[in-house]
Amino acid sequence: MNDKNIERHTIALLVDNEPGVLARVIGLFSGRGYNIESLTVAETDPYEKLSRITVVTTGTPMVIEQIKAQLDRLVPVHKVSDLTMVGPHVERELALVKVAGTGEKRVESLRIADIFRAKVIDSTIGSFVFEITGSTEKIDAFIKLMEPLGLIEVSRTGVVAIARGDKGL
Amino acid sequence: MSNAIPPAEQSGAEVLLRALKDQGVDVIFGYPGGAVLPIYDALYQQNSIRHILVRQEGGAVHAAEGYARSTGKVGVVLVTSGPGATNTVTGLTDALMDSVPIICLTGQVPTHLIGNDAFQEADTTGITRPCTKHNYLVKDSSQLARIIHEAFHVARSGRPGPVVIDLPKDILINKAPYVAPEEVRHKSYNPRVKADPDRIAEAVDLIAKAKRPLFYCGGGVINSGPRASELLTQFVRMTGFPCTLTLMGLGAFPASDPLFLGMVGMHGTYEANLAMHGCDVMIAVGARFDDRVTGKLSAFSPNSKKIHIDIDPSSINKNVHVNVPIVGDVAHVLEDIIALWKRRNCKPDGKALSEWWAQIDQWRARECLKYRQDDKIIKPQYAIQRLYELTKDRDTYITTEVGQHQMWAAQFYKFEKPNRWMTSGGLGTMGYGLPAAMGVQIAHPDALVIDIAGEASILMNIQELSTIAQYRLPVKAFILNNQYMGMVRQWQELLHGGRYSESYTAALPDFVKLAEAFHCVGLRARTVAELDDVIKEMIETDRPVVADIVVDEKENCFPMIPSGAAHNEMLLGPEDKAAKPTSEEGMVLV
Repeated sequence: MNDKNIERHTIALLVDNEPGVLARVIGLFSGRGYNIESLTVAETDPYEKLSRITVVTTGTPMVIEQIKAQLDRLVPVHKVSDLTMVGPHVERELALVKVAGTGEKRVESLRIADIFRAKVIDSTIGSFVFEITGSTEKIDAFIKLMEPLGLIEVSRTGVVAIARGDKGL
Repeated sequence: MSNAIPPAEQSGAEVLLRALKDQGVDVIFGYPGGAVLPIYDALYQQNSIRHILVRQEGGAVHAAEGYARSTGKVGVVLVTSGPGATNTVTGLTDALMDSVPIICLTGQVPTHLIGNDAFQEADTTGITRPCTKHNYLVKDSSQLARIIHEAFHVARSGRPGPVVIDLPKDILINKAPYVAPEEVRHKSYNPRVKADPDRIAEAVDLIAKAKRPLFYCGGGVINSGPRASELLTQFVRMTGFPCTLTLMGLGAFPASDPLFLGMVGMHGTYEANLAMHGCDVMIAVGARFDDRVTGKLSAFSPNSKKIHIDIDPSSINKNVHVNVPIVGDVAHVLEDIIALWKRRNCKPDGKALSEWWAQIDQWRARECLKYRQDDKIIKPQYAIQRLYELTKDRDTYITTEVGQHQMWAAQFYKFEKPNRWMTSGGLGTMGYGLPAAMGVQIAHPDALVIDIAGEASILMNIQELSTIAQYRLPVKAFILNNQYMGMVRQWQELLHGGRYSESYTAALPDFVKLAEAFHCVGLRARTVAELDDVIKEMIETDRPVVADIVVDEKENCFPMIPSGAAHNEMLLGPEDKAAKPTSEEGMVLV
């Protein structure tokens, strides 16, 4: 297998919300040497007790095929959908970004936050916590701009994604 | 499944046994301990399930594997918590790699103690997660019966595999409701058995047009059931195409058939490997393109279109890209292919096929399995050939350990029927053969069951001779004793300049006395003249026998595709070895 044509795929899984299911998914990635770029999980159907896992991974087309087949083989996995393959979809991340500073730097951080439509959700005399949502690239860009302005800490959710149009998973 | 929970009248342990009985279980292999005492107490008070007391839990899993593979049924294991459970890990991994349906019941500390580092506590579901097809920790008595039935469904359907059910002691003691197997349906796990008809049509088109075709078939044919082997044999004979089998597939097609090319792979035959390399259409049936089969991937069968029939979608396009992937159960798929072949009145290209056979016959004429037997020291190949000749007319089952003897057994023992050959293929577990033979003998009390062993491997689970003696199982251990870990020695000779680091076993036991100490019969053959008599006596003795066959210490297993080499770069014998030094890339491969 060559290292060329590495692709980034966003895969959505519907799984039984039971103990150990996340360990099964993660164990499969680590055990077989696949990459996890980001992973999010939460219960999405409380009646059927189903959780949705969104995983962003990279690999050659053959490896991506393997990942999907291996995931589908796990007993508590109901559905595997490669959103990157299925067609247009939207991806969002949420990040909480803490910036500390005074004077011009503090004002500048607020100005940039405004441009990025980030919200201030906590404020002290010397710090802000911004809430920002958007694509991974947008959040990366925001964090980069905050670095010289007193970036202290970042907490990110990882990617959640959903296909466009009127069809469900 | 109805939502109404029936009244709980029996203890969890009683519910467990009832569920096993309803799943058709008649024997379990196990070892008691604190956490599973309620199950042992319930076992004591019933007569429908027989318990076989092994001497170490690892033996129980291999015995269950032997039982499962020789019957097609699910093998059941019962062990206690902590060390009982951790001892099963090798066997579970073995069963996962070789797709053997196993249910492993492990005891666990009571639910309120889980996570407290209690006595004999281990995170069994955590430890066994990567080495099982699925596992369960039962935390709620009302779910016990459902989980057991579901576990059997998971273990035996699709690509079979081992399933662990971890049972906390309080769950076994508390009252639990019972539900019958029919009332349990799995929500998400229902593997597909019927294949897409379009793919079947594509496959038939390709097969009909083939000029240099080859059937390459594996353990999936055997797992699909005896009907799959019948259909395969029928279809291969209908087409007149050559057929090769993997180590796991031996017996899926009759070895005596002239269309059979022998085993494929690292120690496969010259003709099988060159046919793999040179074919234009490869029909892979229930085989997974393992590295021991493909050799160097970039040079693997470079000019063929490949059809791949497998029940496990993750086996398809894993190592080798295929042109026609067919996801489905082998028997179902072959049935559909044969039906379409007949309906379309397909005929193979006779002229091209006879040219292909002429080529194959040339390769066959090399007689790649030839060896020289003098009149004194027994060659291991000769020992197996004689064993085959003297046992072939009987109802014989063969198990093996792992190493040279295993490859020689695969090369020289001819299997006509499926489920007669039990070997550790994927994991390569030394110590598999003796307990596996025990499980086979339990399932087939009147059959002749032989573990073809090496002296190093058999010592890894030699304690099971005690189990064999206890249940008066007339298992035969046929040890090819060369005093070396033969395959390790062979690799050291070929790849590491003959530096035999730690591959010689000094102070081996006297296997004849060892047999006697375990209430078995011990026999020994040192010369060619003694061999037949020892084999005959072994077969005729209606008791467990350990036959110590003293063989040539220096014999190597050929043909051989060195690591990192392609099928057309085989070594045919000792004189070949200097010609092609193994590449550095190949050295790192196992």
